[in-house]
Amino acid sequence: MSTLLIAVLSFGAGAIGALVFANRGRGSTICGVGGILIGCLCGIVPAVRVVLGEPSQSIRMAWDVPYGSLFLELDPLSGFFLIPVFVLCALAAIYGADYLEAYRGRKALATPWFFFNLLVASMVVVILARNGVLFLMAWEMMALSSFFLVTYEDEKESTRQAGWIYLVASHIGTAFLLVLFILLGRASGSLDFDRFSASSGAGLLFVLALVGFGTKAGFIPLHVWLPEAHPAAPSHVSAVMSAVMIKTGIYGLVRVMMLLGAPQAWWGWVLCGIGLSSGVIGVLLALAQHDLKRLLAYHSVENIGIIALGLGVGTLGLRAGLPAVAAMGFAGALLHVLNHALFKGLLFLAAGNVVHSAHTREIDHLGGLLRRMPRTGAIFLIGAAAISGLPPLNGFISEFLIYLASFKGALTLDGVNSVPMLATIGGLALIGGLAAACFTKAFGIVFLGQPRSEHAEQAHEVGLAMVIPGVVLAAACILIGLLGASVVYSMTPLISEVTGLSATIVRTSLSTAAHSIALVSITSGALVGIATLLAIGRAIALSKRSVSTNVTWDCGYAEPSRRMQYTASSFAQPLTDTFDLLLQTHRVVIAPRGLFPKEASLATETPDPYQEYIFRPLFRAIGRDLLLLRPLQQGQVQLYILYIAVTLLLLLLWQLA
Amino acid sequence: MNQLVNAILVFLVLTGFLLLASSRLVACIRAVAIQGILLGLLAIAAQDGHPSVVGVLLPLTSAAVKGFILPWLIVRAMRDADTVREIEPVIGYNLSVIIGAVALGVSLWLGQRLPLPNQPTSFLLVPAAFFTCLVGLVLLITRRKAITQVLGYLTLENGVYAFGAAVALEMPILVELGILLDVFVGVFVMGIAIFHISRQFDHIDTGRLVTLSDRVP
Repeated sequence: MSTLLIAVLSFGAGAIGALVFANRGRGSTICGVGGILIGCLCGIVPAVRVVLGEPSQSIRMAWDVPYGSLFLELDPLSGFFLIPVFVLCALAAIYGADYLEAYRGRKALATPWFFFNLLVASMVVVILARNGVLFLMAWEMMALSSFFLVTYEDEKESTRQAGWIYLVASHIGTAFLLVLFILLGRASGSLDFDRFSASSGAGLLFVLALVGFGTKAGFIPLHVWLPEAHPAAPSHVSAVMSAVMIKTGIYGLVRVMMLLGAPQAWWGWVLCGIGLSSGVIGVLLALAQHDLKRLLAYHSVENIGIIALGLGVGTLGLRAGLPAVAAMGFAGALLHVLNHALFKGLLFLAAGNVVHSAHTREIDHLGGLLRRMPRTGAIFLIGAAAISGLPPLNGFISEFLIYLASFKGALTLDGVNSVPMLATIGGLALIGGLAAACFTKAFGIVFLGQPRSEHAEQAHEVGLAMVIPGVVLAAACILIGLLGASVVYSMTPLISEVTGLSATIVRTSLSTAAHSIALVSITSGALVGIATLLAIGRAIALSKRSVSTNVTWDCGYAEPSRRMQYTASSFAQPLTDTFDLLLQTHRVVIAPRGLFPKEASLATETPDPYQEYIFRPLFRAIGRDLLLLRPLQQGQVQLYILYIAVTLLLLLLWQLA
Repeated sequence: MNQLVNAILVFLVLTGFLLLASSRLVACIRAVAIQGILLGLLAIAAQDGHPSVVGVLLPLTSAAVKGFILPWLIVRAMRDADTVREIEPVIGYNLSVIIGAVALGVSLWLGQRLPLPNQPTSFLLVPAAFFTCLVGLVLLITRRKAITQVLGYLTLENGVYAFGAAVALEMPILVELGILLDVFVGVFVMGIAIFHISRQFDHIDTGRLVTLSDRVP
């Protein structure tokens, strides 16, 4: 526990150091990165230990704040969420040191490092906090520091807009959490987590937690801030936000569900429903995007949906008294938290390399980058395969666990109770297929073919400091994929804590899953091995002959130009047309006319339907109504004092009368 | 003893009315200075039995600061800013006095209703303290010049001080020192601010600072 406190202090020192040495060349970068690296190295050791089964530790100190106490605890659940925080933030800091150098001279480098350190420190405190006041303060600090990171390039109108949407969304979420904690603490008169009792109204508390934490996690339709904020932020910040920050929402939800005690069946139904809609709609919206980082942001929504599916299946298993379903469902969901952190962090860092080098996020302006940026292309490919859930990478393991849990549930339960299980199986299959299609599009259009613009032509490979973090993450993806069985085994203490089942039951439940996973890992490992051998054999066989490359047969076209390639829109069109009802894509078509058509074009744009048809009209109406209050705002000091004085006097009179 | 306390309180109320009725800044500053001295005396007179050395010294210091040093600072600020009169208050002086009378009524009613941890020395203490606070607020709301704003804050603070004398017979020394320091620093800062405002804008009319706000007209 004390090493974790040292880690938090180190982040704080890094934040202050970044400001103090703002004018000393690379001073703030060194302080910022140094604080993060030292803190993450200190913190990861106790986090890993407690997940592997060491006893939980806690620390409790008095605090002057009403109802507050400095109550921190490290248990397997906290440790499990801390591991990706430390890994991702350390790698993102190394990456960011180089990434932000491009801004030197134009923008301050001290403030992003200050807020980055603050963000990491607040995430750690959020995960460790066991007191409502402390939790909400850290939660708010997390929202604010990430807001300032998102609005780093505040000279752009779109960035400011994204920042406001993010700020409003996170505060609406926090409002629900405030009510949640007040209701939880009302019975015992204390906001310490270990004294919460939620015997009555657990359903209401669950809904509050679902909305409050779901806003941060990005459940549809509360996800609208994600596709705005992630593209606007610097790439290493998008990586941290998408990979670990939104997972604090999942953490909070699981933590509150543990506090609420035995789950009710409809919680599982609701979680499965949210998971299905977030997963399917998230991946469909991703498919329709033309902005590389926006596409990745929608994939975060999709993966949060997969996590929610796992939680839903686990909850239903727990409710129905099926320990195997519960254990595998929760294990799948929580392992997917870790996996998504790894491959989404990897993908955002690789996308950052593309943006850094080609100066555009427009997929349709890119192309042929694999030749120009071979290392970035390779790690992006690994990340893309992992996020599509292909074996032998890590994404497969967690989705496979959720599949196993729902198959088990569907086979055991009968009647209406098997519906969510069957829906989960169908939904996961649909999501997986669409994700693979989407990343075929993203990788194919960005990295293969010929460059579609000057930007892509001039792209070049970035420095090692911006590639190595991605390589580490790619290695972790492969490693978890190959060692899936032992990873699943080692989650026993965690799952036992979350489900409340005994360790032996959890171990037997997970062992069947681990067995199948081991088989898959061995088979796919063998396949990869055979493929490698074949490739080596081919290389040896060809080494003594001359090899020439030529264009493929092009149907007699004399001059195939780069404009004849697939675009992002045309590649995705068959799928987006099929799901047009959900997507509402706007099309601007100038159709070819006459016998010798000259001008023809097609432009598609898919704005977020929830933003477009729910939130924008809603907020516009609220804004219009609030204009009525405008006359109160006259800008005169005297008038404001009058408001305060009259309010106080009326309160006093009302209280005494 | 009680007679003396009551007399002081009546004087306090009268200075309040003087503040509301006078347009001359010097008269207002003088009224606030008299309030400060009265409060020092009140703090000594309200103590039961033989007052301790600290119990006498502290109110005397406070009276000295509020009665002489602060007024001197404000008069200097006034000279620097070249202002002698409050011109065009938001509401007229007659109306101010009428509001003051209503405020006195409200304060007397409140004084009866307000539950207190211990019985104050005089039944007038709480109403007088409330009245002084309200006068300070009225000054803050209805006057435009920055100097009258400062006087309003000082009056408000005087009311709080008087209320303190009513609630806790022997206020902890630290609290008293804290209030004193607060006021001193506050006035000091405001004195500097007034000087800068008048140098920057050639006037100290806070109403015209509206142009600094980002409100779309």
